[in-house]
Amino acid sequence: MGKIDNSKIKGLRIHVMPYSEVKDMGISERVRKILSLILGNKIVILHGRLRPEEEARLIEDTMAMVDHIKNFKGIELAVIEPDMRGESMFMKMKYGIAKSLVGDSSALTVIGPASIIKEIKKDPRKIELLLS
Amino acid sequence: MIRIIRNFSRRIIASLFNRKENIKIGFYGPPNSGKTTLANLICRDWTGQEIGTTSNVPHETREVQFKEKVEITHKGKVLTFKIVDTPGIATKIDYEDFLRFGLKKNEAKKRAKEATQGIIESIKWLNDMDAVVVVLDSAENPYSQVNITIIGNLVARKIPVLVVANKIDLKKSNIKRLQAAFPEYEVVGISARDSSNMDEFYESLFRLAKKI
Repeated sequence: MGKIDNSKIKGLRIHVMPYSEVKDMGISERVRKILSLILGNKIVILHGRLRPEEEARLIEDTMAMVDHIKNFKGIELAVIEPDMRGESMFMKMKYGIAKSLVGDSSALTVIGPASIIKEIKKDPRKIELLLS
Repeated sequence: MIRIIRNFSRRIIASLFNRKENIKIGFYGPPNSGKTTLANLICRDWTGQEIGTTSNVPHETREVQFKEKVEITHKGKVLTFKIVDTPGIATKIDYEDFLRFGLKKNEAKKRAKEATQGIIESIKWLNDMDAVVVVLDSAENPYSQVNITIIGNLVARKIPVLVVANKIDLKKSNIKRLQAAFPEYEVVGISARDSSNMDEFYESLFRLAKKI
């Protein structure tokens, strides 16, 4: 069996961000915080998910940075949520109530610099990161 | 914020007087899904002119393009609307990707710069749409975050959505996978390149316009 070359993943930094860390932030602050970590070449794993308008803002701000910051190519982004299809109405309601009370902390969001993450392969139940 | 308020008040006034004039239908999606090919097909058939150029090189459309007063007649019904063809939305742009298509370094860098601005423009235009046709490549994995972000934003803004599964002529095309990814939305399979299944597309487009 050949020797596995894992030299390329040396120094890979992952920032796990609890939902509470961004819960009280406004859209600009939240996006700024995430992008500052990305620019520090970290992969961010957010316990929770951004709202659709925050995701759109993240893409907008990312594009503005690609235009202005040398060697910054953008981000890879993926969200994985519990699959509620096939669940009973009661379970869906329970999930909805929990989501409205404590925020959408049951999801996981992975965001990383495109220079480190080549691709995120996603299907409804799993995400797979392909590193550059 | 002003744009949101203006858009909201326009909708209220339109709904009070039941007016459906000057409808703006946006064509959104990731790069190379066939938005401009579809918009061209519609414009060619009903106005005799195309809206923009198409290419195999991603991000060919880098500015929002319009075609005013496109009038479609289908089975005795008439729909007049403005087509808004938008640059493909992506989360990353690397000029080196364009080099593989034979572009020179300077051309590739220019294209990348314009593409980033096009994406920003596309997102800004979301607020101005009355309805959106999301054009996806049915041969690609539909669970891409860009697709989910686009549709999520349309839902959050209460903008009616029609999902087009384009490129059904390709061997790898899988409409069922796309329908499974977006079960809440009407999905219509077409090939804009071959003009196939356009009757069904126009039926869906009229249904979409009714939701405005």
